[in-house]
Amino acid sequence: MGDVILTMKGIDKSFPGVHALDHVNLEVRKGEVHALMGENGAGKSTLMKVLTGIYTKDSGTITYEGKEIEFHNTREAQDAGIVIVHQELNMLNHLTVAQNIFIGREFKKGIRIDDKRMNEEARKLFNKLNIDIDPTAMMGDLTVGKQQMCEIAKAISHEAKVIIFDEPSAALTESEIEELFKIIRDLREQNLGIVYISHRMDEIKVITDRVTVMRDGTYVGTLITKDCTKNDIINMMVGRVIYEDPKTHSMVPDDAPVILKVENLNAGKMVQNVSFELRKGEILGFSGLMGAGRTETARAIFGADPKESGDIYINGEKVTINNPQDAVKLGIGYLSEDRKRYGVAVQKTVAENTTLATLDEFVNGILIDKKKETEIAQKFVDSLATKTPSVDQLVVNLSGGNQQKVVIAKWLTRNSDILIFDEPTRGIDVGAKSEIYKLMNKLAEEGKSIIMISSEMTEILRMSDRIVIMCEGKITGTIDISEATQENIMNLATREIG
Amino acid sequence: MTNQNTASAAKGKSSLNKLGGQKFIVILVIIGLFLLFSVMSPNFRKYTTLVSMLDYSYYIILMAIGVTFPLITGGVDLSIGTGLICYSLVGGYLISFHDFPVIAGILVTVLFGVVIGTINGTLVALMDIPPFLVTLCTCMITRGLGSIIVGGFGITWPNAIAPGGWFRKIFKLTIPTDGKPRLLPIGIIWVVLLVLVMSFVLNHTRIGRYTISIGSNKEAARLSGVNVKAYHVLAYTISGLFAGLAAVAYSAVFSTVQPGSGAGFELEAIGGAIIGGVSASGGVGSVTGSMLGVFVICLLKTGLPFIGLQANWQQIITGLVLIGAVLVDILKKKRG
Repeated sequence: MGDVILTMKGIDKSFPGVHALDHVNLEVRKGEVHALMGENGAGKSTLMKVLTGIYTKDSGTITYEGKEIEFHNTREAQDAGIVIVHQELNMLNHLTVAQNIFIGREFKKGIRIDDKRMNEEARKLFNKLNIDIDPTAMMGDLTVGKQQMCEIAKAISHEAKVIIFDEPSAALTESEIEELFKIIRDLREQNLGIVYISHRMDEIKVITDRVTVMRDGTYVGTLITKDCTKNDIINMMVGRVIYEDPKTHSMVPDDAPVILKVENLNAGKMVQNVSFELRKGEILGFSGLMGAGRTETARAIFGADPKESGDIYINGEKVTINNPQDAVKLGIGYLSEDRKRYGVAVQKTVAENTTLATLDEFVNGILIDKKKETEIAQKFVDSLATKTPSVDQLVVNLSGGNQQKVVIAKWLTRNSDILIFDEPTRGIDVGAKSEIYKLMNKLAEEGKSIIMISSEMTEILRMSDRIVIMCEGKITGTIDISEATQENIMNLATREIG
Repeated sequence: MTNQNTASAAKGKSSLNKLGGQKFIVILVIIGLFLLFSVMSPNFRKYTTLVSMLDYSYYIILMAIGVTFPLITGGVDLSIGTGLICYSLVGGYLISFHDFPVIAGILVTVLFGVVIGTINGTLVALMDIPPFLVTLCTCMITRGLGSIIVGGFGITWPNAIAPGGWFRKIFKLTIPTDGKPRLLPIGIIWVVLLVLVMSFVLNHTRIGRYTISIGSNKEAARLSGVNVKAYHVLAYTISGLFAGLAAVAYSAVFSTVQPGSGAGFELEAIGGAIIGGVSASGGVGSVTGSMLGVFVICLLKTGLPFIGLQANWQQIITGLVLIGAVLVDILKKKRG
């Protein structure tokens, strides 16, 4: 670790009704990876937004390269060498990779944008980072992992001295994360200061040098990573011990009936001859690499995408699911991996979202029974411990974990017996994660059957009673939790590739 | 699957190809319609028909060039039709009743368009009012304003042989011959030139790149340090500028400008742009495509009466063609 490059001291920021940052400190040195941790709403993102000029601080000082500074927009921060790789990918799908990387500072030849040079520069950049991406490809055609790499390349192309990674691994597969870490280590070698925001405890231990922990908008402390344990960090974050152990054996009784049976399901290349059974009260994990066809399978079952062939039986009876309405009627609930796009209507209130799938029950004649709606929504806010000022709050103002709870409430209102959780804890922090896990276990105990698609190995091992592994659109194996290990799952997940 | 996508994208900017594909279809449609009308009606084949069709097309193409920009940002500009009449009335009024030189009248006409466009843009980009509402309001305002300023009467810009009638020759040159004087529709040259210029602006300058960015992902552009608001306003300013230019073309081609008219012009321009491949949801579009789309609309408008289908039918058919174009857009998106 080298000299201090960035110091934020006593940063204070309030929004109407919320004291978002209460005298927070952060110090970043050259050549270090500094983890910034905290639960949802702890203020990590707000702090970074203050740093990069998206928000203006109320008080406190920011010292960068020995000088006190204050940026007024991201452009100024970029020009000074502080860039942020956003958690939500911010891509322009209608432009090419190179056009995305140089957006806002295009090379020009006279008044003409020099696309050729931009392609060359992008190619150089990718070579430097050892990434194989075509600069002339349309951004919208790339996988999430590749888009993330582009975002990093874009950050580096600013001749950055400080790079902030805001949950960079949330949407990446294990192998893509390895690639990301390699890049981050390279950047550390080059003496850059790196701020790494993540909820994945394992990553923090692997990649970071120091950890700064925040809680409820306040600064809790800074530790040297190798001198502390996971539990130290978690305790600082939440002030209580929460980690549960992985499951060692299936919780499903031997005589539990089969609720859902899928036979020879086909839907395009990503779903080929998929057959499996889901039993009452079971949590069936779906593991595999990104692009293995897990989400596609779920969407085909749910009727969101067309099926080519295959049969679905619910409680032994053959059913036809042509669209999501059919699925919902049959008691299937789907919690999308992309909450923002498919899960919640962010511009609507908690109450409106809760009753979205069951509105019929809340209609009195032709009017919506607001009182009943509020009551039910409040009931679920209480039972799921959703953090929201009221059920009339717009969902967009909630944190990721709490948005997820609203989606869960929606399907619980519907009394769905089969719940498909697609990456249930993506972008959700440790504390809220644990709550979601507890909730899923409780649902299973109550006799709901759960399909859980997850790219996180620890999540799969901790939650599943049985694990289905997919690879390139096919099921390559099913393992009982008592026999599952990281190794045998990975083996099956990469069978056809490697 | 994803690998294939990347590969096809690598081969040549897939969405540009998609757009090129649509342009190709539109050109085929233009040729097809032209042949159809020519075969079915001898009168359609006449030179004068062609000239009158071009006369009709200038102002719509100019409007379409401009409105392509707000459309690509994911917005719309409904004020260009009534705006056109308003600007033309005011310019003509100053020339006819206040002895303004014609060039000054033209400048006022164009500038008026720029001002209204900028007001639209400011309300949309800075005040965050939906474009549909903003431009619907300015559509009504310009319709009323034009009538009030000229006192409710039709305005005639100087005719071709009157002093100051030179501007009409910009669009139609008269060549004296032994027999009847021959009319050359040279306006098409200027219109095509402007199409090429704005096509360059859209594809190769920051203005265009940021216009597309706003339609594609405004927040991403903002976080990249692009002055999103300024370029968002500019898209509407461009739309207003071209509504002003369209007003000049309209004044030069037609004899009288009637207050209260102009409603519906914008639909032909917007329809043309969408037929030409501008995505109704923003982010995609081209200026040349918009021009080709307008040609389709003008062909239908001119040609259908020749085969015995009157104005009402023409509107129905134009509507159907539009739905077809939008369906193509949606199908393309579905295929990914």
